[in-house]
Amino acid sequence: MTALRILVPVKRVIDYAVKPRVNAAQTGVETAGVKMSMNPFDELSIEEAIRLRERHPTTVTDILAFSAGPAKAQDTLRTAMAMGADRALLAETDTELEPLAVAKLLQRVVKDEDRNLVILGKQSIDGDAGQTGQMLAGLLGWGQATQASAVVVGEGGRVTVTREVDGGEEVLELGLPAVVTADLRLNEPRYASLPNIMKAKKKPLVKRAVADFGVEVGARLQTVKVVEPAPRKGGGKVEDVGGLVARLKELGAL
Amino acid sequence: MLLTRTAPSVLRAAAAAATAGARAHARRFCPLSTLAVLEHKEGNLLPQSLPVITAATKLGGTVTALLAGTDAASVAAQVAKLNGVSEVLTVSNGAYDKSLAENFAPMLQENIKAGGFTHVVAAHSAFGKNIMPRLSALLDVQQISDVIEIHDDSTFVRPIYAGNAIATVKSSDDIKVLTIRGTAFPAAAEGSGSAAAVQESSADPKVESSTTWVSENLAKSERPDLGTATRVVSGGRGLKDKDNFDKLMPPLADALGAAIGASRAAVDSGFADNSLQVGQTGKVVAPQLYLAVGISGAIQHLAGMKDSKVIAAINKDADAPIFQVADVGLVADLFTAVPELTEKLKSEK
Repeated sequence: MTALRILVPVKRVIDYAVKPRVNAAQTGVETAGVKMSMNPFDELSIEEAIRLRERHPTTVTDILAFSAGPAKAQDTLRTAMAMGADRALLAETDTELEPLAVAKLLQRVVKDEDRNLVILGKQSIDGDAGQTGQMLAGLLGWGQATQASAVVVGEGGRVTVTREVDGGEEVLELGLPAVVTADLRLNEPRYASLPNIMKAKKKPLVKRAVADFGVEVGARLQTVKVVEPAPRKGGGKVEDVGGLVARLKELGAL
Repeated sequence: MLLTRTAPSVLRAAAAAATAGARAHARRFCPLSTLAVLEHKEGNLLPQSLPVITAATKLGGTVTALLAGTDAASVAAQVAKLNGVSEVLTVSNGAYDKSLAENFAPMLQENIKAGGFTHVVAAHSAFGKNIMPRLSALLDVQQISDVIEIHDDSTFVRPIYAGNAIATVKSSDDIKVLTIRGTAFPAAAEGSGSAAAVQESSADPKVESSTTWVSENLAKSERPDLGTATRVVSGGRGLKDKDNFDKLMPPLADALGAAIGASRAAVDSGFADNSLQVGQTGKVVAPQLYLAVGISGAIQHLAGMKDSKVIAAINKDADAPIFQVADVGLVADLFTAVPELTEKLKSEK
């Protein structure tokens, strides 16, 4: 079976349970003093990489976690290694990168590190763009399976992916190398155990400046402003089912 | 550049020549031209494609609709009648039937090059989400996903952070690639004027796909489509199990003529199929009426339904966050309230 050298990109984002607040200058969302975590979809991609290794111990030879972001993204990479990634690479930058820029960085990492399978989250919960995996597949000219809910690696190195589509699911078969993006149903990510967290501190983590990758990462989009959505006012409560129906009629919904 | 696409038939050539002058005139003052990438299935245009045309017309230039696949030519006639469509391009090649990004994106790239389009628009559906970013990378442009408002030809509005913030962005790319949120734009209607010209595109690079389509398993439903329904009833964890979900939700949905949705908790617990999930990671809906049953109202769920015109909620917890957004709230045990509501709605029909 073809050796699998997996790349798992992860992103440090505001924790999913935190309600984000727009900053006073309306230039973005307030991140100072806010709890940050690994993007939930990226936990699924790491989990899947580890499960692939558990199912095919000799086939998966290396799992590399990658992140592009501030120095603190090292914490996210340590989490990835505590879950089971072998090593990590950080492209350090203090500016927010757009998906196209990240895809170009990943394209370089795939070449430099000789990867043949990239598993990403289907979207990050901050930008909600849902683009990076597909862009990477396009840049590399590789097959892509997005919104995966099941991944099976077959004997001949073909990868069978069940993907979530509108109204149900479809099954695709990809040749390697390939790009897969994880949907929520793919798996249930494990918690990193304390011994594994300790071990992860000793695993190699390489830091490089984004500029060292020799990739054009300039922004194509200018953020004009960021605002809070118009608030909805709760309309109060009714006493019983009769009141519910009457109020819905008043509102023209029935 | 438009002329390079005119069809070989004499009649069509004559028609094209008649409009070419008008188009060239329009182009001088308004060089914008938009390619609207549409979806079809079993010989019919899919409803999510109708708002795509409306969004395309808002960009201000001419709108060319593109249909690819075996049935492209037959669906083209339906599309040609729609308001705002100036031209329909078809790529009648069965290789595109399964909408695999590996060959679909290069085909779009070729058509964009041939037509000199400045904007490309598709729905933020499973199709658009899969194909458009790949196309954007091939074009070397930064796509703008899930657009809810178009300010001008380069300024767009989109929700971020599960809809907790609304960002206005300005693109500096030569070609703007957008996916649009269907619920944010009205559906294009059939126009009264003459139908747009339909032409078979000569831009088909026939790239081999490294990926093969194996099978699909789509949920069959007689009810309205969740994404476009005018009424949605949605069930959550409060229903406790699948039996209750199946016993209470379908009769309520039928009494209202509504589609059925579910929260992530209900989907994860196996009460409902994943395709019914409403929220940041599921479907985004904006019906006339959204009735949340046994749903607490986590921000990820609200992201998928808070643009509904009227929100109603039935929950036994008076402090559930859903009541902060609901226009009408009923604090009650859903196991008695839902059957009562269903009966009441039926008797009033």
